[in-house]
Amino acid sequence: MGGTSPCASCKLLRRRCAKDCVFAPYFPSDDPHKFAIVHKVFGASNVSKMLQELPVHQRGDAVSSLVYEANARARDPVYGCVGAISYLQSQVSQLQMQLAVAQAEIVCIQMQQDHEQQQHSLNQLMMDEHEKSCFLQNNFINFSSAANSNVANVNYDSFKKESLYGHDMVS
Amino acid sequence: MNSSRCAACKHLRRRCPSDCIFAPYFPSNNPRRFAYVHKIFGASNVGKILQDLPVSYRGEAANTLCYEAYCRIKDPVYGCAGIVDQLNEQLKIAEYQLATIKAAITTALQPSYLLDQSLPML
Repeated sequence: MGGTSPCASCKLLRRRCAKDCVFAPYFPSDDPHKFAIVHKVFGASNVSKMLQELPVHQRGDAVSSLVYEANARARDPVYGCVGAISYLQSQVSQLQMQLAVAQAEIVCIQMQQDHEQQQHSLNQLMMDEHEKSCFLQNNFINFSSAANSNVANVNYDSFKKESLYGHDMVS
Repeated sequence: MNSSRCAACKHLRRRCPSDCIFAPYFPSNNPRRFAYVHKIFGASNVGKILQDLPVSYRGEAANTLCYEAYCRIKDPVYGCAGIVDQLNEQLKIAEYQLATIKAAITTALQPSYLLDQSLPML
């Protein structure tokens, strides 16, 4: 009679591997180390209870994470995978600080460029105004010289009556 | 005379010897701490882990075992490994964001970029 090969757990525990063995799907006989390390850290009985409390579709992931944690604890008996958590947390904090500094830097650059843009617009406006006033000045001089040549034709009485400002400025 | 037992010996319903391996790290005023590690690791495994360590490291080891057990009880599928995954993910995102902003800073500081914004010659 042909019997199926016992899973890695039943081989290690030296027992008959039942058809509905809770370990068999996750601890194949070709990888004995996987169960050995999980058994060493958590104990077969605890792992069995944990798996039985989970729905079947989540047991694969649970076994993977247990194997990860067991390996971490075997490598570092003091900190286990909590050491990795501490390390990663400090890396994330450092990066977030660098990110905050970089974000502040780009805001400063944008503000500076906006300011320079405003200065540029203001300078442009002042230039335009300057050119305008030069133009007006030049034309007034021309107008004045043209007007002076006709000064004899000006009626002072009418000028007195009709002030540019609508009231008598001359008294 | 009733000497106070540690949380482990109370939980295991046994006499607490003077050299109890658990007593310094599982005081009787915090029974949940031992309950967590016992549920996930088992008292025997915890005892072995602590015995194999120098005394100066045992306190830290007990703390990390408690934390790991607590994480596993909170998340029976992923436990602490789930937190490691989340942190790795956060790290990747932060690295990407930093690289993006650094590239934007480099572009903004390019001389050709600045020239476009420069003032006209007066």
